[in-house]
Amino acid sequence: MIEVKDLHKTFGSGTKKVVAVDGVSFTARDGEITGLLGPNGAGKTTTLRCLYTLMQPNSGQVLVDGIDAAADPLAVRRSLGVLPDARGLYKRLTARENIAYFGQLHGLDDATIRMRSDAAIRALEMDDIADRRTEGFSQGQRVKTAIARALVHDPKNVILDEPTNGLDVMATRAMRAFLKQLKNEGRCVLFSSHIMQEVAALCDRIVVIAHGRVVADESPDALRAQTGEANLEDAFVKLIGTDEGLAA
Amino acid sequence: MKSALIVFLKEVRENLRDKRTVINTLITGPLMGPLIFVMLINTMVSRELEKAEAPLKLPVIGAEHAPNLIEALRQQRIEIQPGPADAERAVREQDADVVLRIPPRYAESWNKGEAAQVELVFDESQRDAQSAVRRLQGALEGYGQRTGALRLLARGLSPSVMKPVVVAERDQSTPQSRSGQMFGILPYFFILGALIGGMALAIDTTAGERERQSLEPLLANPVPRGQILAGKLATTTAFSMTTVLLSMLAFSIASRFLPTDKLGMDLHIGLGFLARGLFVMLPLAALLAGLQTMVAAFAKSYREAQTWLGLLTFVPAIPTMLLTVLPFKPLPWMYAVPLMGQQIALTRFLRGEVVNSDALVLCFVCTTLAALAAYFVTARIYRSERLAISA
Ligand SMILES: Nc1ncnc2c1ncn2[C@@H]1O[C@H](COP(=O)(O)OP(=O)(O)O)[C@@H](O)[C@H]1O
Ligand SMILES: [Mg+2]
Repeated sequence: MIEVKDLHKTFGSGTKKVVAVDGVSFTARDGEITGLLGPNGAGKTTTLRCLYTLMQPNSGQVLVDGIDAAADPLAVRRSLGVLPDARGLYKRLTARENIAYFGQLHGLDDATIRMRSDAAIRALEMDDIADRRTEGFSQGQRVKTAIARALVHDPKNVILDEPTNGLDVMATRAMRAFLKQLKNEGRCVLFSSHIMQEVAALCDRIVVIAHGRVVADESPDALRAQTGEANLEDAFVKLIGTDEGLAA
Repeated sequence: MKSALIVFLKEVRENLRDKRTVINTLITGPLMGPLIFVMLINTMVSRELEKAEAPLKLPVIGAEHAPNLIEALRQQRIEIQPGPADAERAVREQDADVVLRIPPRYAESWNKGEAAQVELVFDESQRDAQSAVRRLQGALEGYGQRTGALRLLARGLSPSVMKPVVVAERDQSTPQSRSGQMFGILPYFFILGALIGGMALAIDTTAGERERQSLEPLLANPVPRGQILAGKLATTTAFSMTTVLLSMLAFSIASRFLPTDKLGMDLHIGLGFLARGLFVMLPLAALLAGLQTMVAAFAKSYREAQTWLGLLTFVPAIPTMLLTVLPFKPLPWMYAVPLMGQQIALTRFLRGEVVNSDALVLCFVCTTLAALAAYFVTARIYRSERLAISA
């Protein structure tokens, strides 16, 4: 479970000051998919970066399975699987070696790494590329490898920043199915997106974020009820005030 | 520490698969120094040899006034040529290194037994001309002394009355020490090798990894950043030391083929040099790796990092210049200064001198402390937020 309480994060100072996250609070529960929906520049990536302790918030608290991220960042990172906005691979290593490297950094032994890699390679249907160097991988193959290495330690909580970005239709469908599978395994899945359809189709809970603030935090049904719009798309536009930076 | 080892092993494996880095570490880096040096030495040696052995061409004005002197000079392998109309001008315009002018009253003074004057026209600031001038001076003085001795004998006096003091020169320089002087720039090539060997790694592990977008996922792992940095620095140091080792081997082989014996010089880059040299270079390689990584971490892009590190390559040239241009006695405290200590120690090793172990340990410990300081500063930068974010 991931709990975020009144998170604030600003960049720069003086005239160049940017308030990226301005009091964000929400909870992502186990066995649910939570979607962080917002237009480009809303503060989704910054929020997630504070969750996986790459950045320190100016104020506010992050709890992962009850552990305070500020107090014990290593323990938090241990219980998180992360697909960041940046998902570069080591191009001179094979997909399998990329996965194994992260497994080792998580302190796993070789047998466990072998077992988990095999399972992930099967689940993500990447047998054909597993032993190839990642140089020249397609976007979809790269994302698969990045996800496999992010999950090698079998984390309870999974954070994905715009996981379908740059994927074609087939790869996007496969990704959605995979997220559902993670949910069915009882994990806490939190992902960000600027695509309304995607969030509507997948999520048990939707956190709508605009200008660094949470403007709604509901189930899809409740969202429709709250805005009085039968169509989720209209509901989002009404919440955010504009459809700029959003995609259907 | 285990995580640092994991990072180290992965970086080594990955970089060994990179052709450019491997060529840099194993070939370009180690060979660059020796090649430049061989070329340098060869031109120096062949120029010296040419000067010493070739007959010296000497324009003479008024040769007809002193046939005996001219004959004596010819015997010293000096080739007499007709003199230019204007000796001063010929020297000024570098048409001649030196011109000998024999005035018309030379014969008259000679016959009277007075001091007969000859004039040497040359330009002291013309370095190329110096050996010609010295050779001619030597020949003229020798002739003068022989003639003087003959005159004394003719008057029934011993020639030694003219020489109340005899100077016997006892040069204390050994062949090694002479070559050490000339080879004083060698340490710079080893230090340069360390920089070149580590450069690609220092960039690749920071600015490069950020640009490839793989730093952020790496930092999401439950490993303290200091350990990741330690693993990367160890890789950079290992590659850099490999370059230094190969560079020393290359020099050792090259020195066998250098015609240094023609200069009366003897240079041994043997096993002893290798062991001691690597000992003082190890902490320096770690220090340089830290500095390179620090600079590369600040850079916004791979290219920018390359530019900055290129400039950093020239920094160690400064103590080299100072030490070769201003020859001074190495004082004990100098071993404590990183770079300078290595420079002095390596130069003395090359001269075949013994550096006492206190000085070596001082050099090792002080540079190690500096390397640790560089590590902690770099680790601070590494922990900053902006390091991981690829714009
Ligand atoms: N490292 C940074 N330095 C300065 N400003 C930043 C940085 N990261 C994000 N921002 C700013 O913070 C705001 C939120 O960005 P971000 O979290 O990336 O939004 P999203 O992921 O929702 O598109 C934007 O205005 C962005 O320009
Ligand atoms: Mg984003």
